[in-house]
Amino acid sequence: MKHYLLSVVQPTGGQPPAPDALAEIMRNVEAFNDELRAAGAWVFAGGLHGPETATVLRPEDGDVLITDGPFAEGKEYLGGLCLIRAADLDEALEWGRKAALATTLPIEVRPFVDQH
Amino acid sequence: MAEAPGIEGVFRAEYGRAVAVLVRFLGDIGLAEEAVQDAFATAMAKWPETGVPPSPAGWIITTARNRAVDRLRRESSRDARHAEAARLYAPDAPPEEGPVPDDRLRLIFTCCHPALAPQSRVALTLRLLGGLSTSQIARAFLVPEPTLAQRLVRAKAKIRDAGIPYRVPRDADLPDRLGGVLAVLYLIFNEGYTGDPALCTEAVRLGRLLAELMPDEPEVTGLLALMLLIEARRPARQDADGVLVPLSEQDRGLWDRSLIEEGQDLVRRCLRRDRPGPYQIQAAINAVHSDAPTAAATDWGQILLLYDQLTALAPTPVVALNRAVAVAEAEGPAKALELVDSLDLPRYHVLHAVRADLLRRLDRPAEAAGEYARAADLAASAAERAYLDRRRRDLDHRTT
Repeated sequence: MKHYLLSVVQPTGGQPPAPDALAEIMRNVEAFNDELRAAGAWVFAGGLHGPETATVLRPEDGDVLITDGPFAEGKEYLGGLCLIRAADLDEALEWGRKAALATTLPIEVRPFVDQH
Repeated sequence: MAEAPGIEGVFRAEYGRAVAVLVRFLGDIGLAEEAVQDAFATAMAKWPETGVPPSPAGWIITTARNRAVDRLRRESSRDARHAEAARLYAPDAPPEEGPVPDDRLRLIFTCCHPALAPQSRVALTLRLLGGLSTSQIARAFLVPEPTLAQRLVRAKAKIRDAGIPYRVPRDADLPDRLGGVLAVLYLIFNEGYTGDPALCTEAVRLGRLLAELMPDEPEVTGLLALMLLIEARRPARQDADGVLVPLSEQDRGLWDRSLIEEGQDLVRRCLRRDRPGPYQIQAAINAVHSDAPTAAATDWGQILLLYDQLTALAPTPVVALNRAVAVAEAEGPAKALELVDSLDLPRYHVLHAVRADLLRRLDRPAEAAGEYARAADLAASAAERAYLDRRRRDLDHRTT
């Protein structure tokens, strides 16, 4: 079994969905998480607050500088993540497909470096 | 050196199979390739003295496997690798000789996985299944060799690190995945059509392989038929000066009859199945061309019907352009020009060549000359440019 990270890709400055649509997305995401758990593929999943809530700690001359805001402004940011167990990429992509449909957002699938 | 061509032939024929088998043993494409290359290097040293063994493929695979085990033993410091090496020697290991079509099929699908960049799929297929060298592939696709080498390294690393499985996809995924595989083969073929003919040969060889491995997929048969029917015209497609000769002006006596018969037979087989797809219809169109003893005897009505069918399945601008050529023959150049003018393919040289030809036939030589010049500017191959320049000069003679 390998571990894969499914990252939810949020467009910066995108309009949040209307309350009704958001409620449906949340239901779908919860159903997706339940399906992961039932299949024994679930490790961890969660949504993130926006990048405006981020704080960056930067090493500098042996000290650490604390600043407000994300490390880098981008067109996209990490909106949430889901850590799964899967036999191979095809299995991980199948979960990623379901995650994309549930969240209505692009999903990036990346393998973890194998731990021996 | 007398044996060298023998080894070369074995290499071309068996490299892909040997890599495919070793990938199954080792679970790593990079290791598999190194092992097979080691085995061929050993063959180069031994076979000139001992002669080519009765089963060259079996010899290569066995030698490669032994080399891989030695290498793993030598290099491994981890228990897991030792266990792996021991497993390779297990007596219940699958037999390494005889045809193992499934291994090659798996490797084709691995190389054409949608998680890999399209250019990487093409390069990897040619490298692993065709045994083409990095420099050969780079030359064929007009990419610098280091770029291509890097692309291959990255693709192999992604297969390993992301865990792209080495298997034929399930039936449910097949239409998608098979479509990608067929697209890669046709891309390789088309690259060879105007460039290195060896790529056409390779695409046809891989197409035959796929058709043998997946006899129940009509689009596989269709693509093979399409490639065979186009390849059959190669001897007539350029004149002695290397200038392109278009279909209508080709000496049909030069066409390779045996390839045409094989292609037409496959088209008939597709028709009996009656599950048409874009490759089958394009093959059928080419079969109609191949049937005509002269260009004038071409059944354009039939071709137009096939293009209508193709348009319904694959409504792309390129299909619309090809359909317009059929319309010009069946219903006249004015009607065709209207169709061409509604298309948005400004950088596609064929569009300008077709438009030039239609304008010429409508007796608008000045406009036609401009279009031939534009087409020649955009054309990728010297043979095409030479043909288009000649057409433009012919017009000049007419207008002066």
